[in-house]
Amino acid sequence: MPETEPSKPSIFDIVTQNYVWRSIFRHGYADTPRNRVLQVSANVWLHLHPSKMRRHGIRYRHTWCAGGLTFLLYLCTVVTGVVLMFYYRPTGEYAYWDVKYLDFDVPFGMIMRNMHRWSAHGMVIFIWLHMFRVFMTGSYKPPREFNWVVGVNLLTLTLLLSFTGYLLPWDQLAIWAVTVGTNMARATPLLGNEGPFGPQLGMTPRYDARALLTAGTVVGSPTLLRFYVLHCIFIPLIASILMILHFWRIRKDGGISGPL
Amino acid sequence: MAENINPATIQDQEEVKVTAGRARANIPLADLPDKVHTWPYLVRAEFISGCVLLLVLMVWSITVDAPMEEPANPTKTPNPSKAPWYFLGLQEMLVYFDPWIAGVLLPSLIIVGLMVIPYVDINPKGNGYYTFHERKFAITTFLVGFLVLWVGMITIGVFFRGPGWNLFMPWDYWDPHKVVPLANIDLPYIVGIRSEMGAMLFGAVLVIGWLAGIPGLFWQWKKDSPAMRELGLLRYGIVSNLFMVMAGVVVKMALRLMFNIKYILVIPNILNI
Ligand code: HEM
Repeated sequence: MPETEPSKPSIFDIVTQNYVWRSIFRHGYADTPRNRVLQVSANVWLHLHPSKMRRHGIRYRHTWCAGGLTFLLYLCTVVTGVVLMFYYRPTGEYAYWDVKYLDFDVPFGMIMRNMHRWSAHGMVIFIWLHMFRVFMTGSYKPPREFNWVVGVNLLTLTLLLSFTGYLLPWDQLAIWAVTVGTNMARATPLLGNEGPFGPQLGMTPRYDARALLTAGTVVGSPTLLRFYVLHCIFIPLIASILMILHFWRIRKDGGISGPL
Repeated sequence: MAENINPATIQDQEEVKVTAGRARANIPLADLPDKVHTWPYLVRAEFISGCVLLLVLMVWSITVDAPMEEPANPTKTPNPSKAPWYFLGLQEMLVYFDPWIAGVLLPSLIIVGLMVIPYVDINPKGNGYYTFHERKFAITTFLVGFLVLWVGMITIGVFFRGPGWNLFMPWDYWDPHKVVPLANIDLPYIVGIRSEMGAMLFGAVLVIGWLAGIPGLFWQWKKDSPAMRELGLLRYGIVSNLFMVMAGVVVKMALRLMFNIKYILVIPNILNI
């Protein structure tokens, strides 16, 4: 083997090959192909990835990272949302004042609420971008048809998550936006009291699709509780299960799509 | 001390440079192997984009506070009452269609329509890369739906709708007493049909003609072409109907905004289109 010139030390070398670093990390990380594979396959967080992948799949311009960032924003809402839950009581009596309390008295309360709100909006934007790029690269074509269907369900659930969360601050913005939204359910064919054939089937304002959603005839305290449970437990649970399915299918369908 | 390993000597030679480095090393893309290690290349890309996103989110959350208005008051209706921005496209539909069409039927059709895309688009080309000319119809339709009907309608709802759900320019004063003449007339009336039954018939012919007649004629005309044969009647029926519904929404909006046409088909208490 020909003698290689000793090359200039890289930043990596300078940072890792000194007394202090070595005192903390006793042995180095040898950048061998075997170790590269193990870094992924032996790590609980990374093992969802394949250990090797097709070259174009790692380019920003192929995926825009939009799916991954949607997931990251989802995680942000979960973490900050759990913090908010420690202070929030879902009743008409307390909800508004609990949020005020979060905003003004709880240390870091305002920023937790802001992060929760803005990452939820970000998630809606990024899920659209993701769907847009998946369409543009034709990635829904065989064998990925079903994963697209799972994705559409995730899109619906994401919008429902945002919508149910919108009510929880229990301010004017919240109840009227939700009033507008749930009013449409009144007009559901067959199942709404103002929908085609609804009254004929015995639907009344107290007993129809909208009443099921709002737990009564108006958006009130019972609606708040209902939306709270949907927002904090029911929809996240289903969405998480579908995300697991989505990620698993990406692997089973042969990884990120690419030119054949 | 562990062995002193110079990364450059052990790295798979083929893998040395992924994108930027390829040019530097003057290796044509075709000569590079198709696979690279996820660690570090993908993990690095994910890490960087994640950091940038979190940074933007932090700065945003420090500088912009989430809205919080007066306590909920069921007796005080704000004017306008707007749904969250991502639903304003649907709220906008309420202007042009019955609540059950705008609030129930069209959203369901959007969801179902999106879900059937992979099953009705049988064009094998353009799988996994960007291309326009290999799938012109699919991409044009999707772009119109996404940009005009979705993003466009949301823009109207967010920026151009004020009290009474009237149209305002973003810089206009929101006059809650703005009076807009209710000059909308049903289409059958405009063409001179005065009896209720006649109007219903006329409307029904137009709507059925739009949803079934035009696709049917097109099928008769093209059914022996290779593309149509491959598509098959069932898939063609689904695609053409969803397509005509989507186009119909645009046509209906245009008729209303430009010619003050209220409805085309009126069946009292059941259906107005
Ligand atoms: C909570 C929502 C979602 C999350 C967290 C998510 C996450 C991901 C991730 C991380 C990928 C890997 C590639 C990439 O980052 O682009 C991916 C791929 C994919 N997603 Fe999603 N996604 C979501 C919603 C959707 C939606 C709404 C659709 C379509 C309507 C969709 C369809 C697909 C398809 C077909 C692939 C495979 C793409 C390929 O192989 O190139 N996903 N998703």
